[in-house]
Amino acid sequence: MANITRSPWLLHYDGSSCNGCDIEVLACLTPVYDAERFGIINTGDPMQADIFLITGGVNEQNMPVVKQLYEQMPEPKVVVAVGVCACTGGVFKDCYNIIGGADVAIPVDIYVPGCAARPQAIIDGIVKAVALFQERAQKSEKEVDKVG
Amino acid sequence: MKISIILAICYLVLAPFIGGLLEGIDRKLSARMQRRVGPPVLQPFYDVIKLFNKENQVVYKSQSWLIVTYFVLMVLTGVMFFAGFDLLMCFFVMSTSATFLYFAACVTGSPYSTIGGHRELLQMTAYEPAVLLACVGFYLATGSFDVITIATANTSAIKYLPGFFIAFVFILTIKMRKSPFDTSASHHPHQELVKGLTTEFSGKNLALFQVSEWYENVFLLGVVGLFIINSKPVSIIVTLVVVFLTFFLEVLIDNSNGRMKWQQMLKITWIVTIVTAGVNTVVLMFIN
Ligand code: SF4
Repeated sequence: MANITRSPWLLHYDGSSCNGCDIEVLACLTPVYDAERFGIINTGDPMQADIFLITGGVNEQNMPVVKQLYEQMPEPKVVVAVGVCACTGGVFKDCYNIIGGADVAIPVDIYVPGCAARPQAIIDGIVKAVALFQERAQKSEKEVDKVG
Repeated sequence: MKISIILAICYLVLAPFIGGLLEGIDRKLSARMQRRVGPPVLQPFYDVIKLFNKENQVVYKSQSWLIVTYFVLMVLTGVMFFAGFDLLMCFFVMSTSATFLYFAACVTGSPYSTIGGHRELLQMTAYEPAVLLACVGFYLATGSFDVITIATANTSAIKYLPGFFIAFVFILTIKMRKSPFDTSASHHPHQELVKGLTTEFSGKNLALFQVSEWYENVFLLGVVGLFIINSKPVSIIVTLVVVFLTFFLEVLIDNSNGRMKWQQMLKITWIVTIVTAGVNTVVLMFIN
């Protein structure tokens, strides 16, 4: 199995958030944190993404969008929820429109807490996601071997 | 004759490695220009290996076949060029391959990739005149369209063709998908078309597209080299230096320019082509 941990491409989707975490996600790509040194690219295209970075909670309106983005991503894929909003609903939890964190719509693998989550924490979350990404790729390969 | 076959085989085997390495250097240079550390130089290879390991989502049945055709024709272009065939024929096959890429993007029906495809056609309209004029220029300078005759001429073609050289380097920015002219593929970080042409490519298809681009870049830089090279062995070193400088110039342009609208692209490219290559043609005809 090839080592595919060196090229995690992100899809960043902003749910029902205050935008704080989104700014932090973008901060990861600036020269100070430079996430590209790990091969991370922020693609806008779900079909080319490996890691789904979601910020903000889920409401009635963005629920189908989140699900569709997740389904459009090719296997193997990993979901990272960034910020307490995406983890549980956070400060907006009791709002009339919020259903909950990202995990009410799609299976979330890594939770990055914080309000807002710091760039260091986000990069750490991505690095954890990358390990899981490799594991999944190996697993699906084994399954293919079993079937074939 | 023998050496041209060896060159063609070398191109077939080595071009993806050289192309990938060049892209890695490109990304590293870009990062340094933006005061970042940047990805490792081998990053493009990691990306392609990963893409080959991902699930291949095909949006429309014929999509994969079209991309493979694009790839094969692109490789053929370079092989013909390095084997010393007719230059006109090389560019003809290159345009055909670009058409297949257009079909691969448009057949999906996705609005983003369709707009990307249309912009690709506009880009072709912008760069084709300069490409065809370059062929004419080579003919006027050396009396032949054959790459092998041009490459083994006694004097470098650029002596007669400085205008054509400028025009060709100018359109190289379009062909290599560099800002300000990367309207069709919209590279990161500007994503107004998501990924334009490649929005609906994933997994193996995207990897194949990437490798074709590497083949293409090596071929295009080969054409840049054709302006410089002559029968003297020392010219090979000069050629390599000029090719690398041209490549560096493209990276610099890419990092210091915002995106242009396609109307501006078309206007500027044609003006540059007509002024530089046009004047050069007239002068050459007077001399001849
Ligand atoms: S976790 Fe805090 S900073 Fe992040 S989106 Fe929610 S409210 Fe904003």
